[in-house]
Amino acid sequence: MDDLLTDFLTETNESLAEADLALVRLEQEPEDAATLSLIFRLVHTIKGTCGFLGLPRLEHVAHAAENVLGRVRDGALHVTPDLVTSILVSLDRIKLIVAGLAANGVEPTGDDGPLIANLDAISEGRAPVAPTAPPAPVARQIAPPPTPEPAPAAPVNEQVAPAAPPPPQPTIEAAQVDPAASEQALASQTIRVGVDVIENLMTLVSELVLTRNQLLQLARSQENSSFTGPLQRLSHITSDLQEGVMKTRMQPIGNAWNKLPRIVRDLARELGKKIDLVMLGAETELDRQVLELIKDPLTHMVRNSGDHGLETTGERRAAGKPETGRITLNAFHEGGHIVIEIADDGRGLPIDRIKSKVISKGLATEAELALMTDEAIQRFIFRAGFSTAAAVTAVSGRGVGMDVVKTNIERIGGTIELKSRPGEGTVFTIKIPLTLAIVSALIVQAGDERFAIPQIRVVELVRAREGMAGNVSADASAETITSLVERINGTPVLRLRERLLPLVSLDRLLRLREPAHQHARVADAASSTDRPDGMLTIIVAQVGASQLGLIVDRVFDTEEIVVKPVAPVLRHISMFSGNTILGDGSVIMILDPSGIARASGIAGSADGRASSNTAAGTMSGSTTDLDKTAMLLFRVGEGDIKAVPLGLVARLENIPQDRIEAAAGAPVTQYRGRLMRLVPLSGAVDMQKAHQAVLVFTDAGSSATGDRRMGLVVDDIVDVVEDHLHIELCGAREGILGTAIIAGRATDVIDTSFWLTQAQPDWFEGTADTGAARGERPRLLVVEDSDFFRQMIVPVLQAAGYDVTAVPDAARALSLREGGAMFDAVVSDIEMPDMNGLDFVRTVRANGAWAELPMIALSGRVGDRDIELGREAGFTDYVGKFAKEALLVSLRQCLSQAYQQPLRMVA
Amino acid sequence: MTSQALLQARTKSTTDEHAHRGEEIFVTLSVADQLCGIPVLAVRDVLGPQTITRIPLAPPEVAGSLNLRGRIVTAIDLRRRLQLPPAPTGAIQMSVVAEQGGELYALLVDQVSEVLSLPSRQFEHNPPTLPAEWARYSTGIYRLQGRLLAVLDVARLLALSTETV
Repeated sequence: MDDLLTDFLTETNESLAEADLALVRLEQEPEDAATLSLIFRLVHTIKGTCGFLGLPRLEHVAHAAENVLGRVRDGALHVTPDLVTSILVSLDRIKLIVAGLAANGVEPTGDDGPLIANLDAISEGRAPVAPTAPPAPVARQIAPPPTPEPAPAAPVNEQVAPAAPPPPQPTIEAAQVDPAASEQALASQTIRVGVDVIENLMTLVSELVLTRNQLLQLARSQENSSFTGPLQRLSHITSDLQEGVMKTRMQPIGNAWNKLPRIVRDLARELGKKIDLVMLGAETELDRQVLELIKDPLTHMVRNSGDHGLETTGERRAAGKPETGRITLNAFHEGGHIVIEIADDGRGLPIDRIKSKVISKGLATEAELALMTDEAIQRFIFRAGFSTAAAVTAVSGRGVGMDVVKTNIERIGGTIELKSRPGEGTVFTIKIPLTLAIVSALIVQAGDERFAIPQIRVVELVRAREGMAGNVSADASAETITSLVERINGTPVLRLRERLLPLVSLDRLLRLREPAHQHARVADAASSTDRPDGMLTIIVAQVGASQLGLIVDRVFDTEEIVVKPVAPVLRHISMFSGNTILGDGSVIMILDPSGIARASGIAGSADGRASSNTAAGTMSGSTTDLDKTAMLLFRVGEGDIKAVPLGLVARLENIPQDRIEAAAGAPVTQYRGRLMRLVPLSGAVDMQKAHQAVLVFTDAGSSATGDRRMGLVVDDIVDVVEDHLHIELCGAREGILGTAIIAGRATDVIDTSFWLTQAQPDWFEGTADTGAARGERPRLLVVEDSDFFRQMIVPVLQAAGYDVTAVPDAARALSLREGGAMFDAVVSDIEMPDMNGLDFVRTVRANGAWAELPMIALSGRVGDRDIELGREAGFTDYVGKFAKEALLVSLRQCLSQAYQQPLRMVA
Repeated sequence: MTSQALLQARTKSTTDEHAHRGEEIFVTLSVADQLCGIPVLAVRDVLGPQTITRIPLAPPEVAGSLNLRGRIVTAIDLRRRLQLPPAPTGAIQMSVVAEQGGELYALLVDQVSEVLSLPSRQFEHNPPTLPAEWARYSTGIYRLQGRLLAVLDVARLLALSTETV
């Protein structure tokens, strides 16, 4: 007998018993609408289910009974004892059939015609009910076997077996069993227990496990204790009990799969593919709560595999593969987790399509992609709004998909991985905890506090030497130094297998060293002794697609913990996902790596970097994305690589030591017939070197002051690379704008304006006379969302003699306009959040005081098409970012034209 | 004071004998030398010194969490809550456990002393000159012989989450 039928029988027996009772109640209180509708619903359910299972006899009887009940409910019939009896009789017939079904797996044969006819008659209100109605209100009477003539009722109350009249058809007798006995047999196999009872049991067992752990820990410290033996037993029993209770909540994963064959079949027909669905390990059990949560994600993924993963029959044939594609579901247990694999033997994930999609969606730039492994690129499919299906089909490709799957799986503490080989197929591996109640956690210490980290989030533990980045010689390739913590502006990073792992110091993040609490007073002492060898312990945690290193002071054991929610007062602290009580009885907070990543601004970049941070307008954690910029890399001090946008540097010179002189205590050199101040970036000029590498910065200046120049002395010039200037970390160190990954290496980008004023404090002031010639300095408005770029461009423009006002977005620029501010020209970025430069210029041109101002677009994109678009939108000129000279020339032209004659750019 | 005494007091308080006589029963405690009272029915437990786990980044009033027979209880530093100077280092602190919204909280105090049954005629509302932080958390004052007892409003003391978030 299949499971479905067993379930049906169990359920129907329960329903019938309930209906019996309810009918008797109804007879006593004929006006009780609630009871009536209960009976109606029960009978209706039976009817519906048997229709579904293909049990015609049952269905017909139930249907006829339901009709009568329906009429009663509608008020067309009144509840009379006779009517109740008829219904009871039909229920008894149902019981009889059910009993036969339970015994043999098929409906016993028999004729229900007269019974149904009678019921129909009642429902139509024509025939008197009397013929079938026994005079006595017999509740437990068993239906007489179907006979053409209604049998006289047996005057017994508890008679069970169909006693008296011999059945007209012998086949029935063969099929008949004692219904009550059968009921019992079924009832004894399963009992229904409320989920809350089981949940409560589970909580108690969890507590028991914890207490057991405490006892074990105590026992460990006391050897040869007489408790050891009994404790061992207690421990085993507790484990068995835990397992037993868990089992009550366990269901085979096949329950979540049973709809899939149908879905795949329909899918195959719809798409014209041949798909074979193989399900392995359907009997693997997992917690019902977890099961419910993964049902939908699994269905979605199987659809995806069928739709996107598998090729069409034709394509498969062409590729020399069997025509029938195969989707394999495989579930198995692996160390406290259940692993579910969804594999297809299709075309594999199309890396190129993903790449172009990533770029078109602005999720990453081409260069960033170039540095990524294929696996990392494939993981983009888990991003929100990402779908590679060229066309949105009815099946999938609606843009909600894998990201939802991933979120759902991560919500229950699971992970999802994928492996894909072109032409061979894709395997998704989902790893989820067997239960949500007890998790395995790694206990760590930071400061003098202990914390738990869910084991499933921990990728690995790394010991790394704490070192200054300066220790690394430039030639040392990354391979030889795999576990050295480098610092950029004091922010630690770790190069781990060719990838830059952001590190978060737990004690710093959680401010454990602050003596805010009295407990903290020993913390400082502890920190200095904890790392005598300068070795750091780093826990590499998985946060979505990215990884994060947590610097901790110590790592203890793993322990099974019961996750409890934190008090409402503490819910706002995103770093904690809960708390628990450890084996030793102490309370401990459970760290949430996702929350930590968010708090330290790491995971924020995982989704929609282009939109999120730049809009915030703060430098900290902001990420600036420009198109490729030529960067000059140079070395200063002890091997630290620094960078400056090449466009800002006028020339590179190698100046012989003997040509460096001192003037007023500062190094100068004669450069092109004039003195040039030299500013050593490292603080002092190394006089031992024969030549000094100098970056020359010049500024056209005015005729009065002549052009200004400054030489920045560096140790040596390393390279010029084209890369994205993507400032990731920003620090408060003077002279450094922030840190970017340039050519795969964390590199400080220097703040040129700072160094220029070092050479000449009035660098940005003396130019006032440029404007003074005209009586005033031209006023410029710079609209630029990137803090970095604003900081870069404003000093340049100020140096050129402009009075510069800078705002981070178009909205603020427009509010300046509303406020009546006036400028001589506007320089605006194109790519900006909310309102982009093109919309901004259209708005300005549309009306208002600025409608005819010269407006210069400043953009990383300088393709012909971009320039055209810019002009069409109303920009006067279009200049590439970092093309400093071009911008200045353009401004001069625009302004002179503007002064000479009002310029109308837009008709 | 033992938990048993507390239990007796609670039972006593629920009989109407006291209500008839216009008396209310309080668990008395002291914090920074001020005598305070908490209605006995609001007190779930009285604890001696406990190991308290600090919670980083928590509001300053939250001293940490402690384990009360398998339940995690949030400890609130009453001195901090009332903006009093911190307890001298090494001072033993006791706690009064109260429930709020299904969660248990332990109020850290300097000393928990006896349970008093106080007649309502000794009760007075807060004098208007009471400092704001006290007026906020005190529902009134009892005039005892030679001392004043401030009645603490547990609900308001524990209404941390609404203020900090």
